Amino acid sequence: MEKLRATSNLRRSLKSLLNRRLSSGSDFTHFNQKRSFQTSFNWIRDYKSVGEVNAVQYRYFSSVSTLVQRNPSFSTLNSDDISYFKGLLGEKNVIQDEDRLETVNTDWMHKYKGSSKLLLQPRSTEEVSQILRYCNSRCLAVVPQAGNTGLVGGSVPVFDEVIVNVGSMNNIISFDKVSGILVCEAGCILENLISFLDNQGFVMPLDLGAKGSCQIGGNVSTNAGGLRLVRYGSLHGNVLGLEAVLANGDVLDMLGTLRKDNTGYDLKHLFIGSEGSLGIVTKVSILTPPKLSSVNLAFLACKDYSSCQKLLVEAKRKLGEILSAIEFLDDQAMVLVLHHLDGVRNPLPTSMHNFYVLIETIGSDDSFDREKLEAFLLSSMEGGLISDGVLAQDINQLSSFWRIREGVPEALMKAGAVYKYDLSLPVEKMYNLVDDMRVRLGNLAKVVGYGHLGDGNLHLNISAPQYDDAILEQIEPYVYEWTSKHRGSISAEHGLGLMKANKIYYSKTPETVQIMASIKTLLDPNGILNPYKVLPHSINP
Amino acid sequence: MKIMVAVKRVVDYAVKIRVKPDKSGVETQNVKMSMNPFCEIALEEALRIKEAGLAKEVVAVSMGLANCVDTLRTSLAMGADRGIHVEAARELIPLTVAKILKKLVGVENPGLLILGKQAIDDDCNQTGQMIAGLLGWPQGTFASKVVLDKEKQVVTVDREVDGGLETLCLDLPAVITTDLRLNQPRYATLPNIMKAKSKPIKKYTPEELNVEIKSDLEVVQVTEPPKRKAGVILSSVDELIDKLRNEAHVI
Repeated sequence: MEKLRATSNLRRSLKSLLNRRLSSGSDFTHFNQKRSFQTSFNWIRDYKSVGEVNAVQYRYFSSVSTLVQRNPSFSTLNSDDISYFKGLLGEKNVIQDEDRLETVNTDWMHKYKGSSKLLLQPRSTEEVSQILRYCNSRCLAVVPQAGNTGLVGGSVPVFDEVIVNVGSMNNIISFDKVSGILVCEAGCILENLISFLDNQGFVMPLDLGAKGSCQIGGNVSTNAGGLRLVRYGSLHGNVLGLEAVLANGDVLDMLGTLRKDNTGYDLKHLFIGSEGSLGIVTKVSILTPPKLSSVNLAFLACKDYSSCQKLLVEAKRKLGEILSAIEFLDDQAMVLVLHHLDGVRNPLPTSMHNFYVLIETIGSDDSFDREKLEAFLLSSMEGGLISDGVLAQDINQLSSFWRIREGVPEALMKAGAVYKYDLSLPVEKMYNLVDDMRVRLGNLAKVVGYGHLGDGNLHLNISAPQYDDAILEQIEPYVYEWTSKHRGSISAEHGLGLMKANKIYYSKTPETVQIMASIKTLLDPNGILNPYKVLPHSINP
Repeated sequence: MKIMVAVKRVVDYAVKIRVKPDKSGVETQNVKMSMNPFCEIALEEALRIKEAGLAKEVVAVSMGLANCVDTLRTSLAMGADRGIHVEAARELIPLTVAKILKKLVGVENPGLLILGKQAIDDDCNQTGQMIAGLLGWPQGTFASKVVLDKEKQVVTVDREVDGGLETLCLDLPAVITTDLRLNQPRYATLPNIMKAKSKPIKKYTPEELNVEIKSDLEVVQVTEPPKRKAGVILSSVDELIDKLRNEAHVI
């Protein structure tokens, strides 16, 4: 079992949870009150100083916890299983080759590594159904995997779970040119869908930096947000239907293509964002907006965060219906991108600014949009909100400006170790957290802030030459508590995965989480789908 | 000294172009148009020469329908001082463009005329050479480096030719056409975009300049190149040998 820094995180959270349960006998209803935060914080501190007692305490509770332990109720693979899968899928789609397993066992950030011995590549829903039926009967744990671009360790095994990768299921089933409704299999790569739709005169309602590798099944399962959420809304609104396979192999056909269908409880919403823990999404039906011809992008510089905020308000008001994306990055992010990525050019080379904002408009009339945008930019400049800026004059310039914002995660990876946090916060408070973290960390690490200004979503990243527990201590649980205090979300769009499996209480009440656990038990009684993730280990079956 | 730069409005370089169903040309409706990349490089070079103090003014010229003004506005936003728009109701062939430019050169008297080496829509690579011929001026085409010597009134041009690089020394006034490696064009900054709104764009018609718009060329048909056949992924060496022997007949 190799689980790098995730282990220490989990141990810490386990300690705090179990301590509270044992000592006060209270339930978690008190958790959200400020006082409780302080007390649990103290417990963590106490335990840290006790050292040896830690280990003893931890081992004492090991029967209660299933945290960092492999769930003993899961079976181990044997040769009969392999033969069965080979018979079902064919030799080529049952992979036990070390090198290939190495890649699928490791997440994109190289932070989480499982030790799965088997990768399965089904080509149809029927094959997925057979796989799950078999695994359920044998009690073999399964990790559904698509593009493996997730950032919270949700797409790779923790121990030796069987990896079911939907990448071979990449057909586009149908596309209605009038309504713009696209039906496709879960393994379609987002960028391929975007190109396909481009030829038809439509666009995907979501766009993210990982588009070259991420697959739509994964996007739907994590309720991916992306760059255009401010214009097209979330996947909950755009996904009209989906087909999912449950843990016992049952195929749930909810693949509607209707814009409106109020017949009963809308179950597809459970699967959107469930991160593969309730079922494997095999087909998706999604509403795609028409492709509009006029796209404009402005790359602007602001001197402080409050200007960025005011700019956001002005943009929503003055640009109105043509606003399609509004993103920000701070000077630290810019420096990293210019330093680590090839072929990236600073659009505003004359001086380094504190904040950079990208504003994109999409509309149907180029001259009208340009006029509107230029008027807005002029008034913002005169109002002192923008200190400088450039406007893309052709598609190449447009892509190079986007490359800067989309390239920040890649640049962070190249810079060394990165602690990544994805938080939803009230827009006015968003950057205060970055400033606070800078004070807390001092010279230990570089704090970088960027994100979806329009959605109130901050991507807080702490970059250090190496992973170091001393740094982690300063970050967690401070970041989560800070977010919780402002009633924010500790995971705006990345999901909980393995990284935040025990952190859900910072943003959801215990009653809510209890219902989630019941639903999980209902749909996956043996808990074989993506175990150890999403829900806290204390209530995960 | 004045520098004149000719710029052309073309389909954006990054757009996936489609041929019109009647095969009369490329689809340009609802397609993003921008300045020809080589013209951008030409304009950038002119601006750099002006910023080095070797020229007083940069004038951008464009010919065509009313929407050429967009391209001229971009030129002004990048830093050109004035724009000239020659209105023409249809596509102009390089010879006509050269004739019009000759008349404009007569009006403006620039010391240097810089153009892009070719337009990405027709790939003609003719205008620069033709205007140099009509004016009797020396020409340095496919320039990858331009050094102006104001004292001696010469310009040294490194040209990208098949065999490598050729260096020419041209007496001013001269015509230069730019190649890709000459420079990296600047972005249009907001302050400059705002300033550009008040810069003048003068309109001419070909009649005023005594140039006849007649085309000696007629586009008969435009077709797409044959589609590449998809490759086939084989699962074993035996299958490969079988295909090479029986389908491709090469072994």
